[in-house]
Amino acid sequence: MSTPTRTEQNLGADIAGGVGESPLRPDGTLKVTGEFAYSSDLWLTGMLWGATLRSPHPSARIRSIDITEAVRTDGVYAVLTHDDVPGDNLYGLEHADQPVLAGDVIRYQGEAVAIVAADHPETARRAVNKIVVDYEVHEPLTDPEQAVFDSTAPALHEGGNVLRHLPIRRGDPDATADVVVHGEYEVGMQDQAFLGPESGLAVPADDGGIDLYIATQWLHVDQKQLCRVLGMPANKVRLSLAGVGGAFGAREDLSMQAHACLLALQTGRPVKMMYSREESFFGHVHRHPAKMRYEHGATRDGKLVYVKAQIILDGGAYASSTPAVVANAATLGVGPYKVRNVSVDCYGVYTNNPPCGAMRGFGAVQAAFGYESQMDKLADALDMDPVEVRTRNALHEGATMPTGQVVDSAAPVEELLERVKAMPLPPEPNASDLDGYDLRLLPGGVSNTTHGEGVRRGVGYAIGIKNVCFSEGFDDYSTARVTLKVNGGDAVATVYTAAAEVGQGLVTVQQQIARTELGVEQVVIQPADTGVGSGGSTSASRQTYVTGGAVKAACEQVRARVLRQAAKHLDLPASQLRLHAGKIVSADEAVVAAVVDVLGGETITETVTWRHRPTHPLDENGQGNAHVQYAFAAHRAIVDVDVELGLVRVVQLDCAQDVGKAMNPDAVVGQIHGGSAQGLGLAVMEEIQVSGGMVRNPSFTDYLIPTILDMPPMQVDVLELADPNAPYGLRGVGEPPTISSTPAIVAAIRHATGADLTRVPVQPHHITGTP
Amino acid sequence: MKCTVNGQPQEIDDVWEGESLLYALRERMGLPGSKNACEQGECGSCTVYLDGTPVCACLVAAGQAADRDVVTVEGLAEDDELHPVQQAFLDAGAVQCGFCTPGLLVATHDLLEREPQPSDPEIREALAGNLCRCTGYEKILDAVRQAAATSAQSKAGPS
Repeated sequence: MSTPTRTEQNLGADIAGGVGESPLRPDGTLKVTGEFAYSSDLWLTGMLWGATLRSPHPSARIRSIDITEAVRTDGVYAVLTHDDVPGDNLYGLEHADQPVLAGDVIRYQGEAVAIVAADHPETARRAVNKIVVDYEVHEPLTDPEQAVFDSTAPALHEGGNVLRHLPIRRGDPDATADVVVHGEYEVGMQDQAFLGPESGLAVPADDGGIDLYIATQWLHVDQKQLCRVLGMPANKVRLSLAGVGGAFGAREDLSMQAHACLLALQTGRPVKMMYSREESFFGHVHRHPAKMRYEHGATRDGKLVYVKAQIILDGGAYASSTPAVVANAATLGVGPYKVRNVSVDCYGVYTNNPPCGAMRGFGAVQAAFGYESQMDKLADALDMDPVEVRTRNALHEGATMPTGQVVDSAAPVEELLERVKAMPLPPEPNASDLDGYDLRLLPGGVSNTTHGEGVRRGVGYAIGIKNVCFSEGFDDYSTARVTLKVNGGDAVATVYTAAAEVGQGLVTVQQQIARTELGVEQVVIQPADTGVGSGGSTSASRQTYVTGGAVKAACEQVRARVLRQAAKHLDLPASQLRLHAGKIVSADEAVVAAVVDVLGGETITETVTWRHRPTHPLDENGQGNAHVQYAFAAHRAIVDVDVELGLVRVVQLDCAQDVGKAMNPDAVVGQIHGGSAQGLGLAVMEEIQVSGGMVRNPSFTDYLIPTILDMPPMQVDVLELADPNAPYGLRGVGEPPTISSTPAIVAAIRHATGADLTRVPVQPHHITGTP
Repeated sequence: MKCTVNGQPQEIDDVWEGESLLYALRERMGLPGSKNACEQGECGSCTVYLDGTPVCACLVAAGQAADRDVVTVEGLAEDDELHPVQQAFLDAGAVQCGFCTPGLLVATHDLLEREPQPSDPEIREALAGNLCRCTGYEKILDAVRQAAATSAQSKAGPS
């Protein structure tokens, strides 16, 4: 090669669409044209449809199952029960305690008993109805407190009904305080209510294995469970991510995966399964309902002296991720506050209620409703401003959590609260101009229930804390394979991971990272499948951190190889070269080669398994460095309440959140909007109503999620205080806005009404006091 | 059963009387763009035009569409160019998981046909039948405002 010449002026701008910008999503065009292939859109010639028979009882023993009539139905190709499961008839994320098809014991309403494959979905459903199951019906155990404390209650699993009890003990258990407030709080069962129902296509393969195209949050954890159920090695059970219509935790557990594979292997034909909305309510776990007792002691000037809490989380019939939800609720149980003396007991229990597991916020949501309600109660008792009492106790960097863990990066609790407080308020309703009022802006809306009379405004604040990534010593990693080669005269990077894009925009962020690290414009995201190492779960706000970290590390290795290669060609030390916008640049800022020329016909590939710094288990007092990172968001809610009818309209919902580094600012704000909306739902409308173990409202007619009329305008303020331990300094974004939204709205309703609201979702009769 | 979908004649055989228009589109005509989030008329993800009127395709029996004109999300773009409503949803970040998007696009298209410059309350009222679980609707409002502005600009002609 010739001697490098100085061409400093031609260095050129950075590659557009890198980290910190907001490029458009690579799957966006397909999503707006209707061509994006979701798991429910898959279709193969000759495929069959699967359907599931579910138990109508929450607690029963199966005496017999008669499939004779179902098998005889025209168009039916297979009817399978527990006897037909070739491997272990058990699955589960952390504890394999759930049958794929119930054998003898039914532990919740909706438990799968038998599956059918037929040539039309209606034929399959009708055949399901022809299966005769003889149940011995039992009285269900539905009270989680009874499950914890009543030793005479029937044990639903070996080892009893307490799945996990986690105590947190710090400081003086006998501490006393000037001012003490008590509270008992309840959180109802929330549903993730993703819009794309559980679905997938299982295709039997020539090698005797199975290919499953599936909407999930974690391909490899599905694969691991399926291998056990099917009795097959991992190389025979191959999963590919189909388009995912939202997740929010509900796709972390298996739903129809094993059933579709069993039917496909049995019939030798592709089998599609797709739940209806009603079946979806029975087909996935929900957010744990919680019963919480809190006692806060403080000095007269508002400094917390102690917090005592008992938190009971109803895990329902099977374990799912209950132990990890317990860990979050316990370790984050006093919130983002400095408290010297803490005693928390958190229980996760088995009952015959629907199984509960992961949902956005994961244990932190429930606790936040408890501790933030208490902070408001304390403010009232002290006659102090609710923001003031919070800032006086605010956690900060260097402070110690109740677990003994020192917060070792930014914890801008005070600043977030002050920022939401400083945002402009919406105009006050004008009582003299009620006739001119737009009904759509009043509680009750176009139902025309008020023209402003009886309407009171309230303002409420809350802040929440969430751990990011998996905790308690879990080996949390992701794998990324990055390839760089010349294609059509340009350098093109390909990023290959098994990490699940569920709508949040991970595919966009992966492209951005590759552009920034490799200085190439074109980045192809290869479809996610189990052909590469695990990407870990799309949960715990962890994918940008962990898979982002893996992609960054793989890009760095690819980059180092390109530079070494360039150094060899140019006879310069690699340490003096860097990549910039497709060019190799020397230490004196001269362009010395183009990346395409260095690559030539070669393909450079690096695969990296990347881990965040280790976390550690908690000891018998709940002490230990269990979490890798904390994240914070604060909300201010403004509500109008019709105090006579108990109707609430959220007028404005504002949020400030620290994200460390806004990798994609538009997507960050989108997460804050969406997370806040789910918190609004829990505050005033969303609950799976369960009585006697039976779900009463499994439909979008009766389970209400916020519409565009329910969701108010939001002001959003994003802080970027870098975490030096995280890639690019980023902090997980997805969950924190769901946590503080709910208690802020309830605080605003209390402020408007004076009602002592101790349960979410708040219902009209809680406000009016009528039965 | 014969009908026209996105300007193309369609004919399907052996339609079972319980099949919805949504099922016929998705499973028989190879047009899965209209979505199946609730299949009971609550979520709006299956919104299509039936003779120019937006309907939930899940609530229309396939047979009811016989000899009628259906337009789905797949029929909004022309000549490989996104419709301004589609472009606005993309540009505004109104698409996350995207499952609600096809129905919202048709509903927004219909709104802007009726009211080219809707106020925010009008947008909210018009889209109240379309559930979205990802976005909190803020960027959907942005998208509708942007699409209205783009349409106004293109109608005003080049300046």
